[in-house]
Amino acid sequence: MSKISISILTLTFSSLLLSFSTSLSAEIIHQERSLYRNILVDDKGDSRCLKFNVKSSKSNQSCLYKSNPQRLVFNYTKLLFSGLLLIEEPKNILIIGLGGGTMSNTLHQIYPQSVITNVEIDPAVVKVARQYFGFFENQNITSVIQDGRIFIKRAIIKKQKYDWIILDAFNGDYIPEHLLTQEFLQETKSLLNKDGILSANTFSISDLYAHESATYKSVFGDFYNVRNYKNSNRIILAAKGKLPSFTLINQRASALQERLTPFGVDLIQVSKQMTSTSTVQDWPENTKLLTDQFSPANLLNN
Amino acid sequence: MTEQQTKPSWQNLFIYLLAFSSGFCIMGIELLGGRILAPFFGSSVHIWGSIITVFMLSLSFGYLAGGKLSTKNASLKKYGFIFVLASITILPVAIWSTPIMEVIFLNVEDSRYGSLLACAALFFIPTIILGMISPYSVRLLVTDKDSSGQTAGKLYFVSTLGSALGTILTSFYFVLFFEVDNIIMVFSSVLGMLGICAVFLNKSAKPLNINTTGVVHE
Repeated sequence: MSKISISILTLTFSSLLLSFSTSLSAEIIHQERSLYRNILVDDKGDSRCLKFNVKSSKSNQSCLYKSNPQRLVFNYTKLLFSGLLLIEEPKNILIIGLGGGTMSNTLHQIYPQSVITNVEIDPAVVKVARQYFGFFENQNITSVIQDGRIFIKRAIIKKQKYDWIILDAFNGDYIPEHLLTQEFLQETKSLLNKDGILSANTFSISDLYAHESATYKSVFGDFYNVRNYKNSNRIILAAKGKLPSFTLINQRASALQERLTPFGVDLIQVSKQMTSTSTVQDWPENTKLLTDQFSPANLLNN
Repeated sequence: MTEQQTKPSWQNLFIYLLAFSSGFCIMGIELLGGRILAPFFGSSVHIWGSIITVFMLSLSFGYLAGGKLSTKNASLKKYGFIFVLASITILPVAIWSTPIMEVIFLNVEDSRYGSLLACAALFFIPTIILGMISPYSVRLLVTDKDSSGQTAGKLYFVSTLGSALGTILTSFYFVLFFEVDNIIMVFSSVLGMLGICAVFLNKSAKPLNINTTGVVHE
């Protein structure tokens, strides 16, 4: 992640020099105010990034290398692939929070037969993903513009089922509080197939960590945390059924390693960053659960 | 209109306190509305569109109704009953909001109209009743034509100050320590208790009112 912070620093610095030099600086190629946020796309050297807030260092939502679009830039995106260690070939995938469409594109390349549904609240984000980040859609890969919670409630009524649900709807500035509650997780769990799993890209710092962990445990039982300790992201991996053992996870990591190398994902390394809450439970036992009645997530995340 | 001059000033203070509390509760409830609707209708901008529309609309009807009611034998007792009624009509928000929203969610696909309908079902009636309080307070406080504007101004000042405090305390602190339904229950109980106090105060103040409102009545 230090590489990224350096690149962000240079980016900020170079934008200061914008008036003097044009060859080195980040060039803003698209800017718009959507219903929910300011959206910015900028190009700097080989990288193109989607940002939701110019000034924040946490503002990079999604980036790609223009010379090698399939190679993933962000560590947390790479960590999200740890989900593959918990399931055999996911056929039905639901992604909540589109960003630049990186997850959807990459999963499509790994599993061309899989049906992928992307849910994004902001129509402007979908448009930008298509236009600037090569977000790919066909009859199997679709995007729905809707609040994630509403999509899930409607999907339950339609009796849809998914093998893998990826929750990637949180950015550093604002957390949709209704996507963190026990009721929401129960709804999500009921959408999963028998062997289905949920991956959530979420937080590892602030008071929210304990509340969120306790809430996940109350719904799914023990889960895996995946993180590198250099940044503030963690991935929660939870399963509807039984969590696979580390032996099985290591087997899968070795088997998939080569397939994921082109994307810059070192799955064996990722598997080493997994810890189970059955062995390491690093939050107080009496932590209050987040519910639809009590979910001050943004206040707790300060 | 001279009858009010005979009223003790503590009674006026009490009316200001009640107006303050109703302003506090209206905005506290409005703010929690966003949280109540989110699980079914999301947290998009249209949620706030629905909430603010329903609250403004019902307040406007409430002002009309409260003004009308105040022309017929206005008394602290009736004023207190408005609070008790508001307290009772707020209760379904805490008790039945989930089943009410479930029914609407199942029947209305578009979350804009769903949220508008849910908002109306939950908040329309209590907010109309809470809206009646302002004009009724003006009626109880005004003593003469010259100072009527100033009295109304003071009342708006107090009740809007209550609204501001209700908004900030609810959003900054109450949601951090309490469950949504419990906060609503507390708002309801406070309004109910203040209403009952008003009814009893009216009784104890009766000797002062008999030769005034009583005369109008007969």
